[in-house]
Amino acid sequence: MIDEPNAMKADAVKLSCRNLWKVYGSKPDYYFDTSGYSIDVDGLAGRMRKEDHVPAAIDVSFDVHVGEIFVIMGLSGSGKSTVVRCLSRLVDASYGEVLLDGENLLEKSPKELIEVRRHKMGMVFQNFGLLPHLTVMENVAFPLKLQGKRLQEQRENAERVIELVGLQGREDAFPGQLSGGQQQRVGIARSLVVEPDIWFLDEPFSALDPLIRHQMQDEFLRIQRVLRKSIVFITHDFLEALRIADRMAIMRDGKIVQIGTPTDLILNPADEYVARFTSEVPRIRLLTTAACAVPATGDESAMPQVPADGLAENLIGKLAEHPEGLSVRDNNGADRGIVTPASLVKALAALGQGDTHVAS
Amino acid sequence: MSQADVAAAPPTAVLRGGLRWGWSGVIIFALVCVFAQTSLGWLKTYPASLQLPVEAWFNAGMDWIIANFRAVFQTVTLLFTYPMGWVRETLHWLPWSGFVLIMAAMAFKARGVRLAAFTVLSLIYVLVVGLWAEAMNSLALVFISVPLAVLAGFALGVWGYSSARVERALNPVLDIAQTVPAFAYLLPILLLFGFGPVVGLVASVLFAFPPMVRNTILGLREVPSDIIESGQMSGATRAQLFWMVRFPAGRRQILIGVNQTTMASLSMVIIASMIGGTADIGWEVLSTMRKAEFGSSLVAGIVIALMAMILDRVTFGMAEQEGRNLEHRGFFQRYGFWLAVAAAVICLIVLRSLLPILGGWPENWKIDFAQPLDQAIQWFILTFKPGLEAIRNSVIFFVMLPLKIGLDKAVSPFTWGFALQPWHTAVFVVSVLAGAAAALRAGRTALAVATVLGGLVFYVGITDMPWPASVAILVYFGWRMGGGGLATGTALALTFLLVTGSWDKAMLSIHLATLAVLASFLMGSTLGIIAAQNDWFSHVMRPINDTLQTMPPFVLLIPTVMLFKIGDFTALLAIISYAYVPAFRYAEHGLRHVSKEAVEAATCIGATPMQLLLQVKLPLALPNIMLGLNQTIMYGIAMLVIAALVGTSDLGQEVYVGLSAGNFGQGFIAGIGMAIIAITADRFCRAWQRNHETRLQKGAS
Repeated sequence: MIDEPNAMKADAVKLSCRNLWKVYGSKPDYYFDTSGYSIDVDGLAGRMRKEDHVPAAIDVSFDVHVGEIFVIMGLSGSGKSTVVRCLSRLVDASYGEVLLDGENLLEKSPKELIEVRRHKMGMVFQNFGLLPHLTVMENVAFPLKLQGKRLQEQRENAERVIELVGLQGREDAFPGQLSGGQQQRVGIARSLVVEPDIWFLDEPFSALDPLIRHQMQDEFLRIQRVLRKSIVFITHDFLEALRIADRMAIMRDGKIVQIGTPTDLILNPADEYVARFTSEVPRIRLLTTAACAVPATGDESAMPQVPADGLAENLIGKLAEHPEGLSVRDNNGADRGIVTPASLVKALAALGQGDTHVAS
Repeated sequence: MSQADVAAAPPTAVLRGGLRWGWSGVIIFALVCVFAQTSLGWLKTYPASLQLPVEAWFNAGMDWIIANFRAVFQTVTLLFTYPMGWVRETLHWLPWSGFVLIMAAMAFKARGVRLAAFTVLSLIYVLVVGLWAEAMNSLALVFISVPLAVLAGFALGVWGYSSARVERALNPVLDIAQTVPAFAYLLPILLLFGFGPVVGLVASVLFAFPPMVRNTILGLREVPSDIIESGQMSGATRAQLFWMVRFPAGRRQILIGVNQTTMASLSMVIIASMIGGTADIGWEVLSTMRKAEFGSSLVAGIVIALMAMILDRVTFGMAEQEGRNLEHRGFFQRYGFWLAVAAAVICLIVLRSLLPILGGWPENWKIDFAQPLDQAIQWFILTFKPGLEAIRNSVIFFVMLPLKIGLDKAVSPFTWGFALQPWHTAVFVVSVLAGAAAALRAGRTALAVATVLGGLVFYVGITDMPWPASVAILVYFGWRMGGGGLATGTALALTFLLVTGSWDKAMLSIHLATLAVLASFLMGSTLGIIAAQNDWFSHVMRPINDTLQTMPPFVLLIPTVMLFKIGDFTALLAIISYAYVPAFRYAEHGLRHVSKEAVEAATCIGATPMQLLLQVKLPLALPNIMLGLNQTIMYGIAMLVIAALVGTSDLGQEVYVGLSAGNFGQGFIAGIGMAIIAITADRFCRAWQRNHETRLQKGAS
């Protein structure tokens, strides 16, 4: 690994959250003033609740890798917004560490924190958080204005990100004149104008209606393909999390219940709670071509070739035309067997019964 | 019956039982007091030996302050006299055409062409009736007091916003500053700062800064957390976060504070002119009113009303203009309009020497409206005299007198046409008891209590009720409504009234205020309910309400005095014309903003329009309507003091007498008394709102 700098870079941890606690109440520090917190986590949280304290984040730990979209999914009140606010220090955590490039954010002085926010962090808010008295251009350039950058530089950078989010031509509009989707584009542009390393999105699309939300998710993925930021994305929408996550964490009552790739979560839910979310998801969406391939029985040279890592969902049309089967090839062109209508149906049936061996 | 109902039933029953026994005790105590007061004189009037010489203390304190700090205050007077002189001189020196142009330009920027036209026409009216100089004198005071009040209010508001402790300390101060009647300020200011226009300035700043503080706190606090967090995440320092994020985002509310401050300042400038010495527009109204030249006072009153409307619309328009930021446009685009206005004004100043007409409004262009108006009023009064007197007498004899001195004394051959016989009393008592019994049977304990108390008060009269009975009723009511805190507060408030010897006058005030508030509230909410159902009516009433609200309340006295001469009834009318507006507005707003779904659901169930109104909309709008009652009480009590000018005999009159007799203690105690009544009434309303909310949330009682 060490002699592979590229691989190393892709896997490198950008942001690391270690044993993070946020407790509301009259004396939250009281629970952490000795080093003895490492006693039983659930017991401690239970004691806090009994003593009129509210543990909003309980021993939260996860890593966000460079260029990764890490989604925190949970219902309202699960503590997901608290966690992202602790990461950005809009809220001061009660205990734990937040390491950005190995430096503990929780120990930064107010002055250092401002520097970090000015250059390394960007954040998008559920209700956009736009300044109503500034135009689109001024809103986007606002972080640069705070840094005292020259007007020319402010405008050039702002124009660049405004173009990125597709709002060119609306620079002089006020937020009140824009639709919700457009306002959130402004919010996204503003959070990107300082070219942050780590990008926080707190339920960015929850306030939008479903069609716009879908469109904005596509847009977001397109932007991410260009920029390759390290992202913490908060949502209460499980399907949204599935669409965009590289890896995701599910939170409940302040605790992380499970961390994994969307497929992991669906196929190996850690408990009933996670399973209840995943049961809603149409399984065919997760079935890869490789998962429903069977060894070839005859000559497959006449069959059309399909990639092994594609989704089985997309094969249905082709299978209708070629009921004899499709030849599956992996990235290197190696033969991985064939898919037939029968093998597809069998794989689906196995999924429905919770049989997990088809996962890739 | 579900399990939850079973569980909830016993405590409710206990509570109702407590309500019944508690009130029974209070009512029996009150009855005993009423019967015993003929033999026990101290029940009737609070013994003088138990009163404290608070008035003398206040006067001594004031003397001490004057003796020791006079020099400080006189320096302040000197400091203010010069800038005030400059502003006044400038306004007089400006050609009228220039001033009209500047005001029209501001109106245009704030609201557009229509307001500009209105401004020009209004100012031409001022010129035509020949009150330009007087109007400029008043405006000079406003122009200098508003910036001072805005600055002071903003600074205090920011301070109060940034520290919860400061805000807690500020709140009662603001309450007192806004509820102590303006007249009560005038005398101490007069004593400290000496006779002259500075009195008007200081009083106006003191009276006008509280709304600025409140709106600043509100505006800064109301900024959505998303916006603040986005500012923080953009890397704002504390100062940047305040000046570049929080302040601009809360600017609208803060500008509404400027609007309210301006209106309060104008109102106070007008009132302050009654101490005389400044040839301004308020003095014009008051002096002509005293001479019964109603035509002239109407003409001058209209000037005040027009000034108020212009100032209100212009400042409000500025607040409404959200985000017309021209940051990256050119210098001329940004300042061109004002440069052009400035150039035009300079041109007018220069041209004045060539065309004198631009500088001074020619005498022969002035029109005397006062005389024909006087004649018209005379004619009207003579023609409708019987009708007017009939209205006045029936309200006084059948409503005001009984509530004041009780049916037992109000019913006489002279007023009602017959003397009160024992069987009359018996019928009255029986019908009250029957009403209460019916209410009890229907399970409406509160209604039964209200019926008995109402009957008692109406029979004995507010002013003739023995003081221990009044104290017991009010304190117990406070305890039921708001618990120990409100009961203690009420007890302290009543104690102040007793020991300072203001009890009798205070009861007169409460009598007048109760009537006025009830009448304003009934009239206002009824009209508001109609307006909520009928767009046309709402449309017609809106400008009328706006006008009544923006006008300094003082002006409202003119027409009422004109028609009904001085006296309690006139005061009542004047108060109603000012205080019904909030009840109207809150009722209309509340009804119009009832949840659409509830209305649609009720319609689908098959509610008739009347059922919809009575059983769905009104209950849902109740919190808003009660807010209107709260405001009506505040407005009513504020107007009560001003109504003292038309001859009442309550605490308001006491304030006024204290001012004219130069007795600081007398006026100030009466002023505090009024404030105490207002604040206590406000706390009762708030307690009701809190109870209503908890009842809805927790379903208790």
